[in-house]
Amino acid sequence: MRLWDLFRRRRLEAELDEELAHHLEALEAEHRARGLPAEEARLAARRDMGGLLQTREACRDQRRIPVVETLWRDLRFAARSLRRTPAVSAAIIATLAIAIGGTAAVFTVVHGVLLKPLPYPDAERLVSIVHRRSSGPAAEEFPSAPYLYFTFREESRTLQGIGLWRMGSASVTGLERPERIQSLFVTAEILPILGIEPRLGRGFSPEEDSPGAPATVILTHAYWQRRFGGDASIIGRELVIDGAARGVIGVMPPAFTFLDREVDVIVPFQLDRSQVTLGRYVFQSLARVRRGVTRAETASDLARMVPLAVERFPPPPGYTREQFAARPVLSRVKPLKEEVVGDVGHTLWVLMGALGLVLAMACANVANLMLVRADGRQRELAVRSALGAGWLALARELWLESLLLGVIGGIAGLGLTLAAVGALRTFAAPNLPRLSEVVVDPIVIAFAAVVALLAGVAIGLLPVIRYARPRLAASLAGGGRLTEGRERHRARAALVLVQVATALVLLVCSGLMIRTFHALTRVDPGFTRPEEVQLVHLAIAGAEAADPERVTRMQNAIVDAIAAIPGVLSVAFADRAPMAGDNNSDTVLMAEGRTLFEGRSRPLRRFEFISPALFRTLGTPVVAGRDLTWADLYDKRRTALVSETLARQEWGSAAAALGRLVRASPGDPWREIVGVVGDLHDDGMNRPAPPLVYFPALVGQFWSTQAASFPSATFLVRTPRAGSESFLRDLQKAVWSVNSNLPLDQFRTLEEPYRRSLARTGFMLAMLAIAAAMGLLLGSIGVYGVIAYSVSQRTREIGIRLALGATGSELKRMFVRQGMALAAGGVLIGVAAALAFTRWMSSLLFGVSSLDPTTYFVVAAIVLLTAMLAAYLPARRVTRGNAIAALRCG
Amino acid sequence: MPTEVLQGTLDLMVLRTLETMGPQHGFGLAKRILQVSEGVLELNQGTLYPALLRLEERGWIKSRWGVSDNNRRAKYYELTARGRRQVAAEAASWERTVSLMERFLRKPAPTTGR
Repeated sequence: MRLWDLFRRRRLEAELDEELAHHLEALEAEHRARGLPAEEARLAARRDMGGLLQTREACRDQRRIPVVETLWRDLRFAARSLRRTPAVSAAIIATLAIAIGGTAAVFTVVHGVLLKPLPYPDAERLVSIVHRRSSGPAAEEFPSAPYLYFTFREESRTLQGIGLWRMGSASVTGLERPERIQSLFVTAEILPILGIEPRLGRGFSPEEDSPGAPATVILTHAYWQRRFGGDASIIGRELVIDGAARGVIGVMPPAFTFLDREVDVIVPFQLDRSQVTLGRYVFQSLARVRRGVTRAETASDLARMVPLAVERFPPPPGYTREQFAARPVLSRVKPLKEEVVGDVGHTLWVLMGALGLVLAMACANVANLMLVRADGRQRELAVRSALGAGWLALARELWLESLLLGVIGGIAGLGLTLAAVGALRTFAAPNLPRLSEVVVDPIVIAFAAVVALLAGVAIGLLPVIRYARPRLAASLAGGGRLTEGRERHRARAALVLVQVATALVLLVCSGLMIRTFHALTRVDPGFTRPEEVQLVHLAIAGAEAADPERVTRMQNAIVDAIAAIPGVLSVAFADRAPMAGDNNSDTVLMAEGRTLFEGRSRPLRRFEFISPALFRTLGTPVVAGRDLTWADLYDKRRTALVSETLARQEWGSAAAALGRLVRASPGDPWREIVGVVGDLHDDGMNRPAPPLVYFPALVGQFWSTQAASFPSATFLVRTPRAGSESFLRDLQKAVWSVNSNLPLDQFRTLEEPYRRSLARTGFMLAMLAIAAAMGLLLGSIGVYGVIAYSVSQRTREIGIRLALGATGSELKRMFVRQGMALAAGGVLIGVAAALAFTRWMSSLLFGVSSLDPTTYFVVAAIVLLTAMLAAYLPARRVTRGNAIAALRCG
Repeated sequence: MPTEVLQGTLDLMVLRTLETMGPQHGFGLAKRILQVSEGVLELNQGTLYPALLRLEERGWIKSRWGVSDNNRRAKYYELTARGRRQVAAEAASWERTVSLMERFLRKPAPTTGR
């Protein structure tokens, strides 16, 4: 109500005037009626009324809300005072905007990716269960298995529900053209555990997830819209997926996402409990922990159930239960968010820390400028304080000014945040999980507001401490320059020290990232010129996929057809693409005479199924022995290739591996190693090349099957035309000349996964480099400011020195030395801080230690040289003449 | 000899006048107060207005724009229910003060005889 009065003050004042005028007139009329002449009547009326001005003032006092109004007045005063020095104000606002904007942008990512709960009800109780063979820190974690799932489901006291899932791809046929889609396989519990109901239709019943039940499918909203235009009559229709008709029973809501995966359809596993054996760790698990259950309770519950599970299910052929019982897996629950977000958290926090440092530096710089401004107003402030302005009033005024700057900087910064988040979403796209949740929302805005206010308070702190303390009428007493100057100087020098130190830390961080990136690009990935290798995924479906030999013949025909395209140098295929992320680490690989169960702990081996010429296409050398031939496939020869790392680990050298025997399961026949090939950095350049085994893409007697081939395969084509539109058209024509029913998908060159493996480091490098560049610039400005100030303050001294015979260059050196001393102090502090800070980012480094002396040395040199330059520029002014003049004028 | 308005008494005068006279504009109020005081009170009529604002803010009176006898727009003040209670309370307390003061002023203070 009263606040409202503030805004309609103008009207209230007018009303009061009208009221007073009316009163006056009435009095005047009365006096006239009593017989006074007009002029005297008016004077008498005035006399009766008393001072009109006082009345108005008294009314205004009565009406105002003192705090708000003085605040408003001070704010206007602050705005005016900022407008008086537009250049300085603009520089301050720009500095703050960049720093706040950058910090808020990174916070947007941190918040969206790390802090926000996953988009499921009660998401903090969602976990996945992962397993390890041993408790060592390096032990690789692997996913869950059906025998554990059934046991956990039946016996758990701490889990409310558990389900299994796995991503796959499938072909949809029977519509106008064949299509490759992403399918999510689940047990019936998965959707209820997530707590998401289909929008149309219903979820899977436990019966539908049992073997022999009619085949069903649920569509995601996006696929339903894309393929069926949101037609609600889809429920009850049939969709042919991988050659089998499935009844559509539901459509998920538009907001449904499955752990950041792209999903088109959801299909039940229909696991057969009676067929389950021990092992088969190729299923992801998802569970909901009961309310109020601690992690320790869940852990002991899992530890209790694992031995039960080994009792309950038969071992796979060729193994004994004792082997499993002797080495039970270790299980742990992993929060689902960790599963989704992965290891990106570290990167983001380091980035957040870096941006926080930039913000601190920006504030230090601005605080310095604020101090200079306040120094300029020293006399004014002193006069006002002498005239009775309370120190509280002065403090409020100074702080309001800095707060106003903080708020304007914050608003401008938020604009930058919007732009930066847009850019971040484009550039960091393949690397950031939960990208869709990285948005500038009210929490981000609140964060920016808090940061802006804190920055406003921080930058106003020094002027307030200096000029708005209870004492200090003293500064009125004349020049007082020398002592005042020194004190002021010390505060500014301290700020510069901090700035230089911070810049050094940021530079060291980005320097380490540069070294890391350099080391990564120098890693031999195992293939050559990835931009010349075209990848395309082809899946043979339906009846044609049933006969292994027929699949291979068709794949062979496709290879031949592609090889005939002009410009193609080499063609091959494999059951998975290089660096695709997924792998067959299911079964324990057995080398002759050595197996996992002989008491020695061995990492799981990965294997792939490949066609001939794969290594020629990739550019990977065959180190010993020979490559596969088509005869190896068609004759189902018991042959295999291994990677050099594996050969070395097992048999000491590449050549020694030739002729050795391996197999993937005890029921299989032994296969002879006929060749050893170069290592592939399949997990990314920053990880060691994993030991790999390659089997022919058509094998006999594998895993208790008579024969196996791989209808869903990635074809690799080496050609200078890779990635071009015309080549894709030729490729499609070639494939369809063999089988016109084959969908082609996942076109990309090998460069794409290669780049992606470097992208996080690249992203980190870019962000840290920007932060470091800003830091260096701000630090230089700081040094420049201090030296420039010092030069201007010591004009008289310079004059005297010059008069006494000092040369200009000597004096210049004196000031540069002063700057260098500051910088050296900053470097020392910075090195200490960097040693602590970079230890924290060591997990992001590759091929370089976080204490890398070269980086530290180079960075310190850069900082000192920059400081020297920043000090030299103002020091030049020493000889620009007016020192002597200043001396003469006294 | 006219006297200045005692601090705090103007409020009660205004309230009491509004109570007996009903809604009044500023001029009418001033005139009535001076009339009742029969020349004893010296009032800068302007001081009435801050007092009116104060009373309005306390919720004891309310104002609205109306038309005066000479057909001018004028602001009329009237007592609210709370104001009415306030008059009663203040009048009672004032009377107590007056009677107390009277007792001190009429008789000499009683001495304690030994």
